[in-house]
Amino acid sequence: MSRLVKPYGDTQDDGKVQLSFTLPVEWSEAADEAARQLASKMGLRDVQVVDGRRIASGFSFFVLYGTTPQGVDVDQIAGSAVQAHAMTMEEIDAFVAERIGRKIRVAGACIGTDAHTVGIDAILNMKGYKGDYGLERYHMFEAFNLGSQVAIEQLVRFTKEHAMDALLASQVVTQKGSDVKNFTALSELLEAEGLRDRVVLICGGPRVTNRLAGELGYDAGFGRGTLPSEVAAFVALTLAERIRTAAR
Amino acid sequence: MELKIDRTRVDRCRKLAAAIADPVESFIAAHSTVSVERAVLRLLGVDGVTPEDVPLPNAVVDSISERELGCGAAMHFARALAETGLEPLALARALTEGSVTLGQFATTPAAAARGALRPYVDAALARITAQREERAARLAQLPQLPPPLLYVIVASGNIYEDRTAAVAAAEAGAQVIAVIRSTGQSLLDFVPFGPTTEGFGGTYATQANFAIMRAALDEVSERLGRYVMLTNYASGLCMPEIAVMAAFERLDMLLNDSMYGILFRDINMKRTFVDQHFSRMLNAYSGIIINTGEDNYLTTADAVDQAPAVLASQFINEEFAHRAGLPDRQIGLGDAYEIDPDREDGFLYQVAQAQLAREIFPDAPLKYMPPTKHMTGDVFKGHLIDAMFNLTSVMTGQSIHLCGILTEAIHTPFLGDRALSLENARYIMSTARHFGDEVVLRPGGKIEQRAQAVLSECEALLERVATMGLMKAIEAASFADVSRTPDGGRGFEGVFARASDYYNPFEETLKPATVSP
Repeated sequence: MSRLVKPYGDTQDDGKVQLSFTLPVEWSEAADEAARQLASKMGLRDVQVVDGRRIASGFSFFVLYGTTPQGVDVDQIAGSAVQAHAMTMEEIDAFVAERIGRKIRVAGACIGTDAHTVGIDAILNMKGYKGDYGLERYHMFEAFNLGSQVAIEQLVRFTKEHAMDALLASQVVTQKGSDVKNFTALSELLEAEGLRDRVVLICGGPRVTNRLAGELGYDAGFGRGTLPSEVAAFVALTLAERIRTAAR
Repeated sequence: MELKIDRTRVDRCRKLAAAIADPVESFIAAHSTVSVERAVLRLLGVDGVTPEDVPLPNAVVDSISERELGCGAAMHFARALAETGLEPLALARALTEGSVTLGQFATTPAAAARGALRPYVDAALARITAQREERAARLAQLPQLPPPLLYVIVASGNIYEDRTAAVAAAEAGAQVIAVIRSTGQSLLDFVPFGPTTEGFGGTYATQANFAIMRAALDEVSERLGRYVMLTNYASGLCMPEIAVMAAFERLDMLLNDSMYGILFRDINMKRTFVDQHFSRMLNAYSGIIINTGEDNYLTTADAVDQAPAVLASQFINEEFAHRAGLPDRQIGLGDAYEIDPDREDGFLYQVAQAQLAREIFPDAPLKYMPPTKHMTGDVFKGHLIDAMFNLTSVMTGQSIHLCGILTEAIHTPFLGDRALSLENARYIMSTARHFGDEVVLRPGGKIEQRAQAVLSECEALLERVATMGLMKAIEAASFADVSRTPDGGRGFEGVFARASDYYNPFEETLKPATVSP
């Protein structure tokens, strides 16, 4: 089966789209024409510049309508829509209360010499990121933000002394592979101290991928744009799974 | 438009805020911090970095042992000035290079030291006064459009791109430009140096960046015939130092909250209380309007539930600001339009809260923050929510209006996004300019009842805090559900007790009594 779909303006398959953008040119009729030609080059047909105006000296803003000759076969795409079920803070708290029955203790730090706490703060601080609350706000998480430039030894000692359930190690600076070196050192020291299996070990940073995390012996890796609830859900689900397996 | 509120409750809230501030003020008077001392050095003319990129004020303060710092960095520095005859900047360089050490002048009499310092103290105060007078002259010559002052942010990470965006925004109607800082700058225990072109989600606050932006805005102000204000962020570990830089470069506003860093950035509370006080004394003297950060209570929790906390924080911020010598006209108390758009009558609640603040703080240039929490990426709905926010602002007479952007939650604003946002605000505020004057709120109606409830809950919260003491109350998570301990958080190691011979040569002049309210 194949079903070609085009945008719907007011008639099946008319292919109508709207578009707006700014050009770094002073407004004039020629600027409108430039906007029209640009949209044509994008592949749109019957392009109309319905609004073009000066928004500042040397900048103009345009609203355009056009028709696209393209369509997509939606039946060929449907299969890719499977996504992990995202959980809200309330759902995660309820899940932890029911399945773990106590607060999860999480420590986060920018390890080594890295002072960029933007990532770890987005995940841990109350304020969170993009309207998604940080772990400090969760009732069923006890979050410890150790901040920047935390030595690996210090983080491992903290983990031991305060019985952490999960560790979030963050690295923003990747110069000369310092991030990989630090991540590796942490995982090795945890191993040496016999703590590795007791914690959910997570790495994060703008260059981190889940694949890299796997290669380094971490349980997960989170990259740019990660929401606190994604990390919280992963920690909660992983811990619950470990408890379930251990109980068998 | 007027709300019927119980004035005796308002008076009681102010008394409670004073009771809350009293013990904290005693603590402040007995302590200083490394950032206060670095600010003093900056005022004296110490600026620049060592070959290892350590800012000179940090290098000098770090060279003084903890025990010796009790009398203040200025006294050590002054003795060396008196003995070497060097200028402050040259002395700072000599100290960091090791050719001079502060310890070698311990026997120099204090009177001689103070005398050597005097010309530099006078020069710093004169420099700040000149900028304050320059602002007044420009405002007289280039009058602003009536409030709400339209405020937009630029945040490219590159100060030169920010400059382009700021000039374009000014042309599109912006009256205040804020350069958002790089994420995490508030946690740096130093201020970066020089012009910067890379940042994370914002641009570093440096004195050079301040100057670049000020020059560009002065130019566009003259072209447009109206003064365009510049603002940045003092909050963090370097509040006093940023206040110095802002005073020198004629910023017009600064984000400066007495509790934001503690609650939302986990900065030590003692550090914050001491730092906010000296930075606000500087703001007062510089004629800089502070903006407080009550919007953060609303973005991190339910806006309806947190309304009393916002008002309580406004009372506390006002009290601390008064104690630092800030007159009402320089206290931009914050609030935000963050109620869930799906909530029926949410707009009524917003009007109630905004009007309540307007009536309780009639002379404060209230700062109104736009919806962010419920902006989703649906730019069309976002533009509508922003329009309702704009209407609330103009009808309740807010003073500083941070324009909402339809692409909030998608990306840092594009140049075109900012233009659309300003257009929205200008349209609503023009078409509804005097609407608030024409409306009578129904006595006993939903808006009035809501305002009364918020005020009464605020009073109860302030009572709890006053009974417990502010530091204990913060520990007990009385604000924003966050618990912070008096000795926990970042920057605590930088707080120290003043010795009996502590000396800060600027305090005398900046002391609240000498600033006219």
